[in-house]
Amino acid sequence: TAALSRQELKGGARIATMAKNCHNDYKMKFSGDEEFPDLSLHNNHMAKVLTKEIYAKLRGKSTPSGFTVDDVIQTGVDNPGHPFIMTVGCVAGDEESYEAFKELLDPIISDRHGGYKPTDKHATDLNFENLKGGDDLDPNYVLSSRVRTGRSIKGFTLPPHNSRGERRGIEKLSIEALASLDGEFKGKYFPLSGMTDAEQDLLINDHFLFDKPVSPLLTCAGMARDWPDGRGIWHNDNKTFLVWVNEEDHLRVISMQQGGNMKEVFRRFCVGLQNIEGIFKKHNHGFMWNEHLGYILTCPSNLGTGLRGGVHVKLPKLSTHAKFEEILTRLRLQKRGTGGVDTASVGGVFDISNADRLGSSEVAQVQMVVDGVKLMVEMEKKLEKGESIDGMIPAQK
Amino acid sequence: MAGSFTRMIAGRNGAVLLASLGAGTMATGFLMSDNPLAAEVRTKLYPPSSDFPDLRKHNNCMAKALTPAIYGRLRDKITPNNWTLDQCIQTGVDNPGHPFIKTVGCVAGDEESYEVFSELFDPIIKDRHNGYDPTTMTHPTDLDASKITNGVFDDKYVLSSRVRTGRSIRGLSLPPACSRAERREVERVVVMALAGLKGDLAGRYYGLQDLTDKEQQQLIDDHFLFDKPVSPLLTCAFMARDWPDARGIWHNNEKTFLIWVNEEDHTRVISMEKGGNMKRVFERFCRGLKQVEQLIQERGWEFMWNERLGYILTCPSNLGTGLRAGVHDTRFSKILDNLRLQKRGTGGVDTAATGDTFDISNNDRLGKSEVELVQMLVDGVNYLIECEKKMEKGQDIKVPSPVTQFRK
Repeated sequence: TAALSRQELKGGARIATMAKNCHNDYKMKFSGDEEFPDLSLHNNHMAKVLTKEIYAKLRGKSTPSGFTVDDVIQTGVDNPGHPFIMTVGCVAGDEESYEAFKELLDPIISDRHGGYKPTDKHATDLNFENLKGGDDLDPNYVLSSRVRTGRSIKGFTLPPHNSRGERRGIEKLSIEALASLDGEFKGKYFPLSGMTDAEQDLLINDHFLFDKPVSPLLTCAGMARDWPDGRGIWHNDNKTFLVWVNEEDHLRVISMQQGGNMKEVFRRFCVGLQNIEGIFKKHNHGFMWNEHLGYILTCPSNLGTGLRGGVHVKLPKLSTHAKFEEILTRLRLQKRGTGGVDTASVGGVFDISNADRLGSSEVAQVQMVVDGVKLMVEMEKKLEKGESIDGMIPAQK
Repeated sequence: MAGSFTRMIAGRNGAVLLASLGAGTMATGFLMSDNPLAAEVRTKLYPPSSDFPDLRKHNNCMAKALTPAIYGRLRDKITPNNWTLDQCIQTGVDNPGHPFIKTVGCVAGDEESYEVFSELFDPIIKDRHNGYDPTTMTHPTDLDASKITNGVFDDKYVLSSRVRTGRSIRGLSLPPACSRAERREVERVVVMALAGLKGDLAGRYYGLQDLTDKEQQQLIDDHFLFDKPVSPLLTCAFMARDWPDARGIWHNNEKTFLIWVNEEDHTRVISMEKGGNMKRVFERFCRGLKQVEQLIQERGWEFMWNERLGYILTCPSNLGTGLRAGVHDTRFSKILDNLRLQKRGTGGVDTAATGDTFDISNNDRLGKSEVELVQMLVDGVNYLIECEKKMEKGQDIKVPSPVTQFRK
């Protein structure tokens, strides 16, 4: 029959319930040193934090659903580093992972999120009216604006770990919730299985379609299992509000449009999210959230707001300026290629977005994008006229 | 040491596991939820029917054999290494298959997988191995190379000869399932044994993690180096985890006996040489295998083998002998040319042959009638079959004169 059920040893100490898909107990016949991964060539947050002591402490544990520390770190062991970005190198398998493996994850969170302490509290602010400006970014430079976040549904395990039954359960619940949206949010769901060629072509042209992950950062974390079972894309009829189901998180929620009106994009984002959350709560499956880590997502880098708000902006001159990287750092922004993470810039067009996720609110993070991009466009214009931008370099935010 | 492992294998029950848990790091019981029946509740919430994979677009042996009833009976079972059915079939679920090439679609995580999940593996084995019924038949093992007759081909035509197989170390999980410690143990056991080989079999081990640039280049030039798997058939079966930890290549100084450690199986054993002396290749193969087996037995280890399935390997397609023997013959293309035939893989144009089966068809379209073209195909294939029969008996073959292309 199924896994070992809970046993009680002398002295009242209890072993973790070993759920299925948890092959930890047979590994315990080896010592921690024998199992410890070789991280000598590695450069990711996990490799920097994990010691033999922490590993020895955590290797005997498992969350109630059977996720173990080896499961958490597998992607970081398999992917020693990345040419463009310092990767996290670990994932959560469920809400409880962040508690069960806090000795490992708290220091990683601190490293990744600017010194965030285990005692810190995270503020959530999805009141779009608190955003100042953002409706006047120059469309000659700012080609498109986008805000995305993720949400996890309480009571289900996360994409690295969930079974087919759970993934389908998440999909079913999401379809019901999204189907009840109306007005500007009225839309349609397209499951990846059984998509027609016509639907697929249209979604590709709209830049909505997500593919089976090829990045080893994701595949080594088990997120592409059973593809495309339980995955799909929902978008509103206006094609300005989009939800991905069961890709890297339970839900990825995206608001976007051409041009530079980030204010409108953010308004739609906040209103849409709150509508969706209300419906999930009514079904007794609210979103995973707590006051320390904010919204709980698969990758520790997305904790807090899980928000990446950004623009595609033409900065051919500024991007080759000696101080470009420093400007970005001071503005608390990051750059990516226009293909998203793992890509390089094409033709001087960059994807500029907020670097922070945890420790500041949604409004604060989008405000930094709005203010920062506005400044950088002005710098670009100055450089076009052959003028210096030295006087414009901002202080560290 | 082998002793403690044998004890683990012999006493694979709850008490032994608990004792080892108690003796080792003390897991200070962790259960977040107050519900002590978390695991059981989850099982009821997700009955096997909700977890059954969608295999409608799939074409592999697993998809053909797996029914909801079988899945229902096997889903909640685990092997002594906690390996599950879902883990066995993951690669087959993730890789629907190819219309022309039928993959197996499942792997074993340990020796016990073939027993615990026999209800699924047995029909797959029967399907893949031409009706071999593991429930009633026994597999013969014969590594007596002296029995081979006429095993020497003309070097002028046979450029190289090669025999390969795999071997698994009993008591350690297979590549899809093994932990880092187990994989390192496989490497230790095998490398220690290989160090005992002498004479023409004496050689050296190259761990993938410690290769110098020079060594790496040499291994590439010799066509010995294997890479991290990129085929999703393997990566989805968890075989590339922790790469390149505990992977390596051993070969003898003469470069005629080669062993891959911890690639797709615990070991892949290859005997090869240039030219057509297949008898010598096979003789070395058998001798080398027997010596390695003896060397590991001296230390209390053995290969996974049983009389039902022969040698146990990761992929069901490699059970039994796990053997693939072949030659490169230069004359095949010339014969085809002169017969005005072309070869393709059994998947059609742009594919490779599966096994030793080729798609043979006429080259020409224009300038010859239908009857003439079909007759040429018939004559040509008959000739190839005669060649094949002659080679099976160890006799020589001739390249035929070119068939006239156009009517005079």
